[in-house]
Amino acid sequence: MAAAASKLTSKDFQSDQDVRWCPGCGDYSILANLQRVMPELGVPRENFVFVSGIGCSSRFPYYMNTYGMHTIHGRAPAFATGIKATRPDLSVWVVTGDGDGLSIGGNHLLHTIRRNVNVQILLFNNRVYGLTKGQYSPTSRLGMKTKSTPDGAIDHPIDPLAFALGAGATFVARTIDVHTQHLQEVLRRAHAHRGTSFVEILQNCPVYNDNEWLEVEDRKQRVGAALVLEDDEPLVWGSEGSRAGIRIHDGVPSVIELADDHDAVAKGVAIHHERHETPAYAFALASLQRPAFPLPIGVFRAVDKPSYGELLEDQVATARSRRGEGDLAALLNSGDTWEVTP
Amino acid sequence: MSGKPTEEIERVAIRFCGDSGDGMQLTGTKFTEATALAGNDLSTLPDYPAEIRAPAGTLAGVSGFQVHFSSADIRTPADSPDVLVAFNPAALRANVEDVRPGGMVIVNVDAFTRKNIQRAGYEDDPLPALGDRFEIVEVPITSLNRAAVSSLGLGSRDADRAKNFFALGLMYWLYNRPMEPTLRWLESRFEGNVLEANVRVLKAGHAFGETTELFPGSFIVPRAKIQPGIYRNITGNTAMAWGIVAAGVQLQRPVFLGAYPITPASDVLHELARYRHFGVKTFQAEDEIAAISAAIGASFAGNLGITTTSGPGMVLKQEALGLAVMTELPLVVVDIQRAGPSTGMPTKIEQGDLLLALHGRNGVSPVPVLAAYSPGDCFHTVLEAFQIAVTYMTPVVVLSDTYLANSAEPWLIPDVEALPRRPVEFHTEAEGFQPYQRDPETLARPWAIPGNPGTEHRIGGLSKEDVTGNVAYDPANNEHMIALRNEKVQRIAQEISPIEIFGSDSGKLLVIGWGGTHGAITSAVEAAQEDGLSVSSIHLRHLNPFPPNLGEVLGRFDKILVPELNCGQLTPILRSEFLVPAELMAKNQGQPFKVQEIRDRIGNVLDEEVR
Repeated sequence: MAAAASKLTSKDFQSDQDVRWCPGCGDYSILANLQRVMPELGVPRENFVFVSGIGCSSRFPYYMNTYGMHTIHGRAPAFATGIKATRPDLSVWVVTGDGDGLSIGGNHLLHTIRRNVNVQILLFNNRVYGLTKGQYSPTSRLGMKTKSTPDGAIDHPIDPLAFALGAGATFVARTIDVHTQHLQEVLRRAHAHRGTSFVEILQNCPVYNDNEWLEVEDRKQRVGAALVLEDDEPLVWGSEGSRAGIRIHDGVPSVIELADDHDAVAKGVAIHHERHETPAYAFALASLQRPAFPLPIGVFRAVDKPSYGELLEDQVATARSRRGEGDLAALLNSGDTWEVTP
Repeated sequence: MSGKPTEEIERVAIRFCGDSGDGMQLTGTKFTEATALAGNDLSTLPDYPAEIRAPAGTLAGVSGFQVHFSSADIRTPADSPDVLVAFNPAALRANVEDVRPGGMVIVNVDAFTRKNIQRAGYEDDPLPALGDRFEIVEVPITSLNRAAVSSLGLGSRDADRAKNFFALGLMYWLYNRPMEPTLRWLESRFEGNVLEANVRVLKAGHAFGETTELFPGSFIVPRAKIQPGIYRNITGNTAMAWGIVAAGVQLQRPVFLGAYPITPASDVLHELARYRHFGVKTFQAEDEIAAISAAIGASFAGNLGITTTSGPGMVLKQEALGLAVMTELPLVVVDIQRAGPSTGMPTKIEQGDLLLALHGRNGVSPVPVLAAYSPGDCFHTVLEAFQIAVTYMTPVVVLSDTYLANSAEPWLIPDVEALPRRPVEFHTEAEGFQPYQRDPETLARPWAIPGNPGTEHRIGGLSKEDVTGNVAYDPANNEHMIALRNEKVQRIAQEISPIEIFGSDSGKLLVIGWGGTHGAITSAVEAAQEDGLSVSSIHLRHLNPFPPNLGEVLGRFDKILVPELNCGQLTPILRSEFLVPAELMAKNQGQPFKVQEIRDRIGNVLDEEVR
């Protein structure tokens, strides 16, 4: 099967269904890049399962020529848990959005991450409800005016990565719909991780919230707006003449302006480590928001912990080695029984 | 055997009652186990409050356990106990009016302090007045118990915890039950002083019966003459769990249970969690929705997905259940009904969820519904549900209830070799595969699972095109698919045996029941038949679809009576589907039907006709 998998191309992952997102939707780019990465992962096509809930992003499985389930609103992580818990051999991907994943489905996202179920969760964040035509979402900015908030949204938004870190996520990353190379690399890393991989993909909704992420989507603006995380490298961004770094003191990040010849580390700029045992560092990174700070993209945290599936399989194996393979007749006749004779 | 005289009796019903911390459920369970081993037919009724420890000595905290045993065939825990063992005034007050006139009331007289008497709501000691109507036996259980363990140096609190076993030992003597099963259980469970205390107290209770002048003699209930075979004692929830294990073995696929703790269904989760060596995976989900969703995911991946719950949880699962209907995946949903609405009375009995199971979802969303009729029948019902689920590629609802879940009966252990065996076969052929191509006999779609090359496909909740399963909004196709799903569920009727009628094949009155009321209905109908009335009964296990000859059977009787522990759920269906004047007998007290209630109603229905 591995040989067959190596011969696959992105075309093998395209289903026969017409893709029906709006023109200019960020989902097109995510779909194309995922289809490009899939053949490289060494997984036979029949072992992929894509699971989604409800929303624009959740149409995703229909366009992937793999096994897939388009389920009910917010519950995709729970369906994926049942699949992965019973079939550790499968590569299970959850596709969700900011409304599906963080509003109606917040509970399932929390618990799936906490259990460290070995699935990839891709949360497309466009900070708006698209399929229901433009209401504000849990990640919409305070004050955002939509059909359901004509006077502006008055709920404080949640940051998806902070949510995932709070739930104890072992792999947390952020990438951008149109940043092809970065997106592909993050997807590869997510697949390689053991346990829940949580990936926020900044995604543009051209109809209801256009240019929400323009600063980091646009190649020219990105240099000054995005902080690209690289393991064991200092937290530095900007172009020549406007370099800066992030210092983290007592858990509080601040910006340090850097001249071109400055040694960033000597100036107190923090060095990025994905593997900090405590999530506090990654949490500090997740607090960096525009415009006061650059928006970090890349892998925030990648630590190793046993996955739910491994622990479950261990229990099954232990039970079998201790008690032998289950014997139904022995079970039914266990304990106190008595015979009634004719 | 006692040195005092013994008297042979056919049957007796005993109710143990006390504070919810007094160990009444354990006492009743141990008495039941000993009674089962004594070879009697039996039926039990645990009745306890939802509060784990309500304030001691109050009516709110009273917990009871009734056990009915006999040398003849019995089907119910008995309408009224012949013997009441009351550990305090509150327990007495909550239960004494249920005792049959002239019955024996054994009280722990040490608990009848001024304070306890008032806390129970009595003005004065009630015992003298009750002595006119019952045979009151005053036993100083607390002090006799303390005396029995005095040399062990336990604190009075620890010592008092054993007092239920003093009463148990006394009842073992009074009804000549073997103590060995309980002693074995104690040895497996405790050690040191605690073991010693319980053993001493149990034996002290037994010896007290032999020596006290309060009891002139003991009673013997001979072994029952029931169908030969190997028996065990079983509750509905244990039978349900074992039926689920059996499904995995008989269908040769691993079981995956998604469940969220809820009374009275949690015990099925607890029981199944012990069977990892059968390959059973249990998943305590974050909520009821995740529980069913994970089970559906497991089914999609080729396992036997199941979720277990009770009413409020059943409500939460409905959207996901609708998805299982749309995606046509096998799934079993067990709803162990409890008294509603809302949180209702979580530990009490009701048959309130039939219409919820049948019609609780948006749109036209047909699911087969089965109901178990006795504790042991839960095993066979859930096994059948899985067979239907995988054969017809459909979710199936199994209804049990609080009574079936917690009550026990002797169970003829099935021969595993004789159980239905239907190994699952997945669709593996890639050539020409279509996810919604149907089997011409069953209308089931193929079950092709992830990992199988060439049958990759996507399913979901959106309307499906016939055969391909692609998303479709075509009006005619939508109507066609709704009809197909309905027809598929109706075709399950081809697997259902014709209804067995209890009594004559035709007559003046047919009593129809479903679920846990089987024992009470059958006993009442039998009593009426013995009195010469023209009455028969049937009990429906299959509520959707109905057995194929139901309409024909209904037509052979002049009148139809439907006892239900709700405000009428099967009744209106029978009326509308078969255009028969089905008469409802409703009860909504959180308690099972008494045999006499149904017997009286049968008389009323038939007398009216005579007039």
